[in-house]
Amino acid sequence: MTHTISLTVNGKAHCSVVEPRLLLVHYLRDVLGLTGTNIGCDTSQCGSCTVHLDGEAVKACTVLAVQADGATIKTIEGMASPTSLHPLQEAFREEHGLQCGYCTPGMIMAADALLRHNHKPSEAQIRQGLEGNMCRCTGYQNIVKAVQNAALKMA
Amino acid sequence: MAKTVGTSVKRVEDPRFLRGQGTYTANLQLPGMTHLAVKRSPHAHAIIKRIDATRALALPGVLGVFTGKDLIEGGCGPLPVGWSVPNQKTPERHALMPDRVRHVGDGVAAVVAESSYIARDALDLIDVEYETLPVVTDARKAAAPGAPLVHQAIANNISYEWELGDKQACADGLAEAHIVVEQELINSRLVPNAIEPRACVAQWNAPDDQMTIWTTSQNPHPIRVLLSAFTLKIPEHKLRVIAPDVGGGFGSKIFHYPEEVIVPWVSRKINRPVKWVSTRSEAFITDSHGRDHVTVAKMGFKRDGTITALQVTTWANQGAYLSTFASLIPTILYLGCISGMYKVKGIFGHVFATFTNTVPVDAVRGAGRPEAAYLVERMIDIGARRLKKDPWEVRHKNFIPASEFPYQTPVAFNYDSGDYHAICDKVATLADLKGMRERQAEARKAGRLVGIGFSTAIEISGYGPSKVVTSIGSALGMWESAALRVYPTGKVTLFTGSHSHGQGHETTFAQIAADELGIAVSDIEVVHGDTGRVQQGVGTFGSRSGTVGGTAVVKAAAKVREKMRRIAAHQLEAAEEDVVFDQSNGTAYVKGSPDKAKTFFDMAFSTFTANHLPAGMEPGLEEQAFFDPTGLTAPNSAHIAQVEVDPATGEVQIQRYVAVDDVGNVINPMIVEGQLLGGIVHGVGQALLECARYDSNGQLLSGSMMDYAMPRSNLMPMIETGRTVTPAPSNPLGVKGAGEMGTIASTPAICNAVMDALQIDHLDMPLTAERIWQAMQ
Repeated sequence: MTHTISLTVNGKAHCSVVEPRLLLVHYLRDVLGLTGTNIGCDTSQCGSCTVHLDGEAVKACTVLAVQADGATIKTIEGMASPTSLHPLQEAFREEHGLQCGYCTPGMIMAADALLRHNHKPSEAQIRQGLEGNMCRCTGYQNIVKAVQNAALKMA
Repeated sequence: MAKTVGTSVKRVEDPRFLRGQGTYTANLQLPGMTHLAVKRSPHAHAIIKRIDATRALALPGVLGVFTGKDLIEGGCGPLPVGWSVPNQKTPERHALMPDRVRHVGDGVAAVVAESSYIARDALDLIDVEYETLPVVTDARKAAAPGAPLVHQAIANNISYEWELGDKQACADGLAEAHIVVEQELINSRLVPNAIEPRACVAQWNAPDDQMTIWTTSQNPHPIRVLLSAFTLKIPEHKLRVIAPDVGGGFGSKIFHYPEEVIVPWVSRKINRPVKWVSTRSEAFITDSHGRDHVTVAKMGFKRDGTITALQVTTWANQGAYLSTFASLIPTILYLGCISGMYKVKGIFGHVFATFTNTVPVDAVRGAGRPEAAYLVERMIDIGARRLKKDPWEVRHKNFIPASEFPYQTPVAFNYDSGDYHAICDKVATLADLKGMRERQAEARKAGRLVGIGFSTAIEISGYGPSKVVTSIGSALGMWESAALRVYPTGKVTLFTGSHSHGQGHETTFAQIAADELGIAVSDIEVVHGDTGRVQQGVGTFGSRSGTVGGTAVVKAAAKVREKMRRIAAHQLEAAEEDVVFDQSNGTAYVKGSPDKAKTFFDMAFSTFTANHLPAGMEPGLEEQAFFDPTGLTAPNSAHIAQVEVDPATGEVQIQRYVAVDDVGNVINPMIVEGQLLGGIVHGVGQALLECARYDSNGQLLSGSMMDYAMPRSNLMPMIETGRTVTPAPSNPLGVKGAGEMGTIASTPAICNAVMDALQIDHLDMPLTAERIWQAMQ
């Protein structure tokens, strides 16, 4: 049994025939080839697979592709043009908010959603807001600084 | 050109990661790709009676099912170890176990299919009949009489015993002590949990008899040696191992894992590319774990706080088999570090390394050194408490004085440099320790459980020389290689055997080469992680990349400069000894005449046209160097933590964390601080949260990120950092290594702070709210 889904990903319309059990993250990575969205766990804990679904940050490992039928999705590949960086991406680089880079796309998507809800988050609000995204390399400190930096850039 | 070493050059690798263009193994798509999944034992100890794949093979899209017997009959050898201590018993471990399983997660069959979903479906259709056997999971209980045997032929489950130190001096020290404190300490088992799960892709190219393997490894060159000589047995020149972007390692991606054998073997068998990607659930039961020590220690003190002796007995859990470097960790990297930063005459340690029905245990960030620091730093605090002395003063009293470096400890290692009093003074100033103490006293008066904890810890890194390291057990040398290919237009590719999986070598190694050659960082590209491109290599572990890999770059650059200098002398018609290479701008000229200099471009282009070179000089410009360290280096640190325990819930809140580290000279301060911050939080995770727990049947209870707690963004306040610098005398860069120091120091700092808050001797990690609350009742 398959379903036909139509959705917009990073501004581009897609129509695909998918198994009902296909996870959104596998759809993005394996069907559309958007491998910027990483997979770090299988229990919705790590947040590596965070994308925007109709403007809200979701963990794409916990959404079925069929649930995204009709939705607008944004992934890390949609954050900036291939030659530019989004202010959040710039801030992560300036503050050394990434090391191995694996959690980074999910972290940036989560941070972007956070900043849209709260333009001037406090340190505590940033720490609370990113609590669903795990990073083993940075100890989070420079990620928090990067989000603070980005908030200033985007103000 | 201004020097770049010592400056925070922004990372070259960042833009691709920030844009989601990382080349992680799981991202690889090849035409005709197939997908592999591994059927794993649900039992901790069992005989495999029968494997029936009939139903799996009938599932559309399934291409094959293979068992341990298939791999062995197909020529695969058992996984070898890379470290052997005297009398070590090394049981046979196959990529898929043919007749018996010894831990939950042991592989018994592999299925390959047209999609990853079909492969996973097929796993449930493979019928395996087991006869379960008795189980042991605890390191000390495993060595007790009558314990179930993990390997029939290995008595008492003991892989090896290992001793270090002077037994008599230790006994004498304990005898002369005013007090002897004795404590049992459990160093909890850790799951490494790099956020990128392991993965492996293999592509067999039949016309050329060539195998290419992409794997999440910290060290692709040694993996190729092991695959070629022991497991897969494809000749080394027909085998290319690529470790592309790797999403964190923390030690867990050093080792040679079963899937690195299974995936290429199946690729050759079905003549199609094969991909395997670990799920997180699989990672918990297959990635080598860390720590897991049970220790009984005695420390003797004089009345004034002088430490007279340290006696250590440790049962180190090795899991079901010896992982690649298993026996390195609880031996020299552990007992070799139990002198800490202190001058103690009488030290003796004895380790029993035991097999249990658990995941194999090997290096996790710090690897042996955190176990040593935890032990020493906890014992000092317990001693200070009994002596009613300030633990800070007891540490000060026992430090190795700066004047005594290089310092030979009674436990093998010779510390190269350090100023332990200075680093402690610096952290005390930075933290305002006096004010901290005053505020703590006020808070205590008000009934608040505020604690201050210290740790002063060493790391041993960049160890060598190879002759010594191999004499104590290593199967590989501890050198590193670098090559510099200078193109006709003066641009440079730097090939290094070190591997970056977050450390930023593409930036820092380019900084080293840029300064050595007098050119811009942007004119250098760093290539790593590919045996098909990088000449030779050992890899990245034990905080060795800067000290060993970085020095290889320095040596290769010296050869480039020398050839350029000779070319310049020839073209300037000057005696070679009169010509200097100016590292500030990459030119060469006759001393005193920089206005008539040959530029880097001139000299590089000359090696291409090859029409104006000194007699006998070969054209082209490509220089390679190997560096074998002459000794080791000892990064060191002094950390202070302040915590408050909630008396109602037992919850620990970290209020301040102040860290001063001496990692020698620093190539890129931004990156070094990043390494230290990440390391600190990793160690705090062990102190407060992380612990792999098995039940009595050998089932991993903490088998997912929902059950195994790890640091999250709201765990810590902003960490306050500082640095002292005692350059490492054993390498020209003077660097010591920064990747593990934070982890080593932070675990005891937090534990000591919590014990200070509770005013008790000891609680084992992890210091969860529940454990603390129970202790307070």
